[in-house]
Amino acid sequence: MIPELGQAALLLALAVALIQGTLPLIGAARGRESWMALARPAAQAQFALVMLAFALLASSFVRHDFSLIYVTMHSNTSLPLAYRIAGVWGGHEGSLLLWLAMLCTWALALAQFSRQIPLPVVARTLAVMGWIAAGFLLFMLTTSNPFERHVPVPPNGNDLNPLLQDPGMVIHPPMLYMGYVGFSVAFAFAVAALIGGDLSAAWARWMRPWTTAAWCFLTLGIALGSLWAYSVLGWGGWWFWDPVENASFMPWLAGTALIHSLAVTEKRGAFKSWTVLLAIVAFSLSLLGTFLVRSGVLSSVHAFATDPKRGLFILAFLVFVIGGSLALYAWRAPKVGLGARFDAVSRESLLLVNNVLFVVAMLSVLLGTLYPLLLDALGLGKISVGPPYFDAVFVPLMAPVAFLMGVGPLAKWKRAELPAIALRLRWAAGVSVVAALLAGWLAGHISVGATFGLWMSAWIAASIATDLWERIGPADGALFARLRALPRPLAGMLLAHFGVAAFAFGVSMVGTYAVERDVTMQIGDTTEVAGHVFTLRGLQKVQGPNYDAMQALIAVTRVNGQDRQVVTELRPEKRIFRVQGTVMTEAAIDHGIARDLYVSLGEQVEGGAWIVRVYCKPFVNWIWGGCLLMALGGALAASDRRYRAKQPRTAAVPSTPDQLAGAAA
Amino acid sequence: MTRWRFALPLALFALLVIALWRGLALDPRDVPSPLIGKPAPAFALTRLDDAARTIRRDDMLGKVWMLNVWASWCEACREEHPALVAFARSAPVPVIGLNYKDTRSQGTGWLARFGNPYEASLFDESGQVGIDFGVYGVPETFVIDKRGVVRFKLVGPLTREAIEKRIRPLLKELDA
Repeated sequence: MIPELGQAALLLALAVALIQGTLPLIGAARGRESWMALARPAAQAQFALVMLAFALLASSFVRHDFSLIYVTMHSNTSLPLAYRIAGVWGGHEGSLLLWLAMLCTWALALAQFSRQIPLPVVARTLAVMGWIAAGFLLFMLTTSNPFERHVPVPPNGNDLNPLLQDPGMVIHPPMLYMGYVGFSVAFAFAVAALIGGDLSAAWARWMRPWTTAAWCFLTLGIALGSLWAYSVLGWGGWWFWDPVENASFMPWLAGTALIHSLAVTEKRGAFKSWTVLLAIVAFSLSLLGTFLVRSGVLSSVHAFATDPKRGLFILAFLVFVIGGSLALYAWRAPKVGLGARFDAVSRESLLLVNNVLFVVAMLSVLLGTLYPLLLDALGLGKISVGPPYFDAVFVPLMAPVAFLMGVGPLAKWKRAELPAIALRLRWAAGVSVVAALLAGWLAGHISVGATFGLWMSAWIAASIATDLWERIGPADGALFARLRALPRPLAGMLLAHFGVAAFAFGVSMVGTYAVERDVTMQIGDTTEVAGHVFTLRGLQKVQGPNYDAMQALIAVTRVNGQDRQVVTELRPEKRIFRVQGTVMTEAAIDHGIARDLYVSLGEQVEGGAWIVRVYCKPFVNWIWGGCLLMALGGALAASDRRYRAKQPRTAAVPSTPDQLAGAAA
Repeated sequence: MTRWRFALPLALFALLVIALWRGLALDPRDVPSPLIGKPAPAFALTRLDDAARTIRRDDMLGKVWMLNVWASWCEACREEHPALVAFARSAPVPVIGLNYKDTRSQGTGWLARFGNPYEASLFDESGQVGIDFGVYGVPETFVIDKRGVVRFKLVGPLTREAIEKRIRPLLKELDA
């Protein structure tokens, strides 16, 4: 009965989505207020129905209702509760439902927090989101229904993919999807603006906090995914350029370009049609990512569902949504105009370069991901593009981005003087070079690649310090109070950029100074890595709820002059999941600010010895810490009061120095 | 002219759709190999786990054997690995790995982590032997007969289905 209720909820949601997609749109075209006013209650009803379906599917997992094919495929009676709930999005059908739930959450949020936005804009925006929801509902109901039953009911299920049985996996997909799908709001705003033909600075201000919020979730989601790969895939890497990782990274790159170009559109009225295009592209890439992952045109570890019929449906949907919005863009964007003029050296021009670099980076990831497929489609043979391509293309593109990140925030809008900026940044330049060389020397040896990365990191941090010092340094009084008085968007930007510096530092340190060792160990054997002595103390069999494991006990001590200090004890495991018989390596990690100690168990070799892989990864946590700072910075910027102001201000062109400072975001 | 600039994204997208549509109809694993029916290319490579020992093509003459191309950086290799490990336990023929464009430490570490199905792995650091074998993408699997002739090639991850339906019958036919 409960699954049928879920099915009914989805059908009703489809009906509501169709209403949400049509009536408010017609109302906005004809100026009928009552029709436009339908958008908000429709979004609320839609949310309630989809959430009901989601809760019902979760309850089927919790109650072990194996009459559902989907539950049978992804659960088991011995699966712990937390993973039964995460099992809802452990497969194709359920991840679609999660996608949809996120879309409805964003639409509900927009319906609730948009009192300051004129009704026609809200009506059109929610209508566009209604169309997207309708497409996904139709997809689920026709090809991927999570509530489908089967007879006879099996006594037990196939268990959740052991790779997904990790705490990170419980929160990673919701975060990632929240970000992915969040770009639908920016997309809907852009399409609504094209339909309405109005693209004022106020429009950019309405769209900005939503875009930034989505970007924050996406940043966190990608970071969590990377952390998951680091601790679960068991070989200490943090990014693999896997097609599915790329699928989430491409919207992030386009979204990063978008939040920067929105700043220009809001502050200066420039880049208008470019901003619209980026908003369309960011969400299109989210959809494309869904297509690539779900259709099976690219094979990957993550691709847990491959079915050509589904692929065809998503492709048709892509043509409708992306093709439709790009056609609308080709038709309406010429009217939007290009916006205000600016000089060749100005904050606008620097942000334009930033945008170009991010878009080129996005296109090169797209090319690398699709190249094998394109060649194949053209009958030119098959190849695989591995990390060597991405590393070679990506690093040279990100280096100028890092350099400009130091310069851009100090440049004035409209017209800036290069010599003046150079003069202001002379200390930052000197300090960063010294800091990079010093860090390399302290780490052991100075290598070209690492020094360059460290220099970029130090350069960003030093230029942020310069910027801050110019704003709050010279006057007297409490430094902290002046720090708090900084406009939130500005503070958010500085924090996010500082996050990039921390990220770059982590990447450079891990890339060059990580130490790894493979050793065969008997009980009592020791090995030394980066000043730490690892001793295999014992091996024991342990039983988990749904797996059996061999657990090693490895004591880590540090040689300090004559003494030996105990650092920690690590317990890496080799798990065999009973139902699927899959072997998983559960690495044991001692996290630290300056380094991670990472131990994982390999195979057992003759004579009872085990192959043990030991890593020391310096500053690896700075990679994810940097991402966290970026997301926090974004959240700080999005929480600015002016986005919630009831009366939209008229397009502000900053004129006084104070306003210029405030306009810095 | 300016107007058309705004249609450019649409045109690019149209091209992408054509490619994706054709991609759906293709089987990513179906690749003809010009090598089938021809002698396997000659090689002399050191073992992955022992730089002092060399294996040559002609060492393998007289027996049927399988060559599996893999690398530690290859995602799809991890996908096929459980099937390969299971097959190797009951395989009637030696399975030789070709560790392609990799480093020794990454390669041995990967085998330690995920299990070693290979009687030996050849270490092809430069990728030259891979090129001689016409490797398009990793992983790839070849079956080579007693006379050193390539009889079968599969591009992409090895599945249990491919093993049972194509490789085992072929091995039986080749009298392994």
